Amino acid sequence: MQLDINGHLHELDAAPDMPLLWALRDLVGLTGTKFGCGAALCGACTVHLDGEAARACVTPLSAVAGRKITTIEGIAQSALGKKVQAAWIAEDVPQCGYCQSGQIMSAVALLRSHPRPSDADIDSAMNGNLCRCGTYNRIRQAIHRAADA
Amino acid sequence: MHASRRTFLKTAGIAAGGLLIGIALPQRGRAAGAGAATVVDSSVNAYVRIASDGRVTLLVPKSEMGQGIYTGFAQILADELEVGLEHVSIEAAPVAAVYNAAFAPIQFTGGSSSIAGSFEVLRKAGASARSLLLGAAAAEFGVDATELRAVNGAVVHAASGRHLPYGALAARAATLPAPSDPQPKPASEWQLIGKAVPRIDTRGKVDGSARFGCDVRLPGMAYAVVARAPTFGATVSHYDATAAREVQGVLAVREVPSGIAVIATNTWAAIQGRAALKVEWVAGAGAAVSSEAIAADYAARARTPGVTIYERGDMAATGSGRALEADYATPYLAHAPMEPLNCAVAFSADGCDIHTGTQFQTVDRAAAAAVAGLAPEQVRIHTMLLGGGFGRRANPASDFVREAVAVAKGYPAPVMTVWTREDDIHGGYYRPQAHNRLTAMLGVDGRPTRWSHTQVVQSITRGTPFEKMMADPRTGIEETQHEGASHQPYAVPNVHVAVHDARQAVPVLWWRSVGHAQTGFAVESFIDECATAAGQDPLAYRLALLADQPRHLAVLKLATEKAGWGTPLPAGHARGLAVHASFGSVVAEVAEVSLIDGRPRVHRVVAAIHCGLAVNPGQVAYQVESAVCYALSAALHGEITLAQGRVQQSNFGDYPPLRLTEMPRVEVHIVPSTDAPTGVGEPGTPPLAPAVANALYALTGVRARRLPLAHTEFVKAPA
Repeated sequence: MQLDINGHLHELDAAPDMPLLWALRDLVGLTGTKFGCGAALCGACTVHLDGEAARACVTPLSAVAGRKITTIEGIAQSALGKKVQAAWIAEDVPQCGYCQSGQIMSAVALLRSHPRPSDADIDSAMNGNLCRCGTYNRIRQAIHRAADA
Repeated sequence: MHASRRTFLKTAGIAAGGLLIGIALPQRGRAAGAGAATVVDSSVNAYVRIASDGRVTLLVPKSEMGQGIYTGFAQILADELEVGLEHVSIEAAPVAAVYNAAFAPIQFTGGSSSIAGSFEVLRKAGASARSLLLGAAAAEFGVDATELRAVNGAVVHAASGRHLPYGALAARAATLPAPSDPQPKPASEWQLIGKAVPRIDTRGKVDGSARFGCDVRLPGMAYAVVARAPTFGATVSHYDATAAREVQGVLAVREVPSGIAVIATNTWAAIQGRAALKVEWVAGAGAAVSSEAIAADYAARARTPGVTIYERGDMAATGSGRALEADYATPYLAHAPMEPLNCAVAFSADGCDIHTGTQFQTVDRAAAAAVAGLAPEQVRIHTMLLGGGFGRRANPASDFVREAVAVAKGYPAPVMTVWTREDDIHGGYYRPQAHNRLTAMLGVDGRPTRWSHTQVVQSITRGTPFEKMMADPRTGIEETQHEGASHQPYAVPNVHVAVHDARQAVPVLWWRSVGHAQTGFAVESFIDECATAAGQDPLAYRLALLADQPRHLAVLKLATEKAGWGTPLPAGHARGLAVHASFGSVVAEVAEVSLIDGRPRVHRVVAAIHCGLAVNPGQVAYQVESAVCYALSAALHGEITLAQGRVQQSNFGDYPPLRLTEMPRVEVHIVPSTDAPTGVGEPGTPPLAPAVANALYALTGVRARRLPLAHTEFVKAPA
């Protein structure tokens, strides 16, 4: 099976029902995408499929063939991705940092569809991304900052 | 962990400060590649390594789990060393006695003690390294060291205009004897200490390159998950792995003390293989555990005399007044850090390498050595970034390390044992369920004349190597079972505090702020009930009873002033407050709440902390905000329940952490102080639940005496 990840083609020998998360982490070696729940409850594994946010832990490989997969390692390939990373740094958002790959992937997807998101837009786009350290307020500020940049 | 400082010092008689920085760790030579000049790393001391190309590496023996300790340690060391933060890199220190904590004869991260316990040690380590570099320059220049100054990574001889970068001096500095009495800079010369500098570990956390325990990839490494007992204490009767072995990618199935391990080429295959296992279990001590039955039992026991922990005055003195009583119940709680547990173990000819995110290096090393059949020195712990800790990765029983070593032992390749979220939620080592019963007698002025507090709760360290250090030999009760109750700060003449030591098959552990989380909820709710009964404002009532507690007064005044205590709020909103001392610091919090669809909603939390000197005020404030989030998760929703021995929650669906839309605005104010630094990571936790519960009482007239608040039906008081 061939996967297009961050603009590179990867040939994988994997079961079609394997979730994309484990293929990325254990087979391809892209460990920036994190495992948090395995059930699309926390958003730590968020990636982009053709630019849309998706939870890699419940997305089987059979569903991603022929689609462009973007992970946190590839997000800086876009100007928007770079802008969001810069906003995260400017706001000093991460604490433990484990959820932040997923947070950034969700934020980039939000800003792509809503370049000037309201707080309500942020609520609905980001509520599926859990953080146990309590970085939510700075995540919100960083999204606004990226939108203003 | 919460180290009982007094007990540890008494028991272990450890060297104060553990300042053995003269012991240099083994030097590392590093060739930079064919054709390039050889770069040599010199260990100037246990905390500072300088390469001949000028690169400065600071070794940090504390685990970075989000609290910002890499940044805080770097600030202190770099300030003394006279290097810019942008010129240092951080490496997790190996396990060595030189890194033992100030308060315990082990290397660990917990008890909000990293800065508090290491501040002076680090200042001296940085000053010592600076002194050695000056000494090396003095020899190079042939001048007296007093003529030299360390400036931004170089030593300067102003008189002659000569200067040498640290990289050129490090090799010689590493050979000089360490100064016996290194002189840290006076506070007036600090450039980094006390400043809200940005964290130094952010870049890797926004581009996916930060390496957590789960991100370790060793050559040939396999992945394992373990089928563990469905109830605590159960053991394997027999198992059938036929179907599991047929799953594509499964490499091996083996029994370990905690269950049946499935080893595979990838995590998914291991999980699939485990699902195909057939395991039969023999029930053990936890077969019939019911958290409801525990609650009923604890409530009954709280009405009987327990072991007296603290008393003053004369509880038998008669006095008329108004009698009050209240019972507060809190549940088992899982830590549920975002990164589920994992531990990679690689055996080699000369020992064993362990890559994991742990808070408990010395303890885990000893446990791993025992399981592996090696000497502790043969076990090398490589501390990775922790995707949250909150106490779960500081286990005296070393559960996840011990198990991972057992899984990998005898297997011909490195193995990372991975926990799923369900494994984490089911896995025990919870904050203990507790029951707190308080009674008081209020005198004619409304102030308490008598105060009695009885807690029923499990010990955390019983049966572990820590029991001897943590438990009072006279009573067998440990500090975690009464902290926050035994030294409540209010001026009450007659006080009695007692504990009933509960024993359960459910394994428990320290959870951010440990015993303070439940006693803080009880004490700060009850004092609010006393204020209400006395017909007094909760703030004025507390201030009057805390006249002798300057730190409490300072944070109460600061937090309430910033929150606008007593000023009007939107209709349907109300405020509540709480103040609690823990880990050497005091925090007051004012919560503003309303009901939305009958459910509590916290809109704003204003906090004030007194933590002595704030080495990084930005991170101090962020840690309090973090504690608010963590404590609010628990206060609103957090609960682990058991029925017929089985844990009834399994993932974030039924154990829901706070989400972005539930996060209140948080403002944190720091009381300015030049006192020695005290704890920061945990003290923001205890006041949150009572502040919210007190606010909900102010709004509705309903007292929530059980957590989580989801159990209480709040009805808005008629206007």
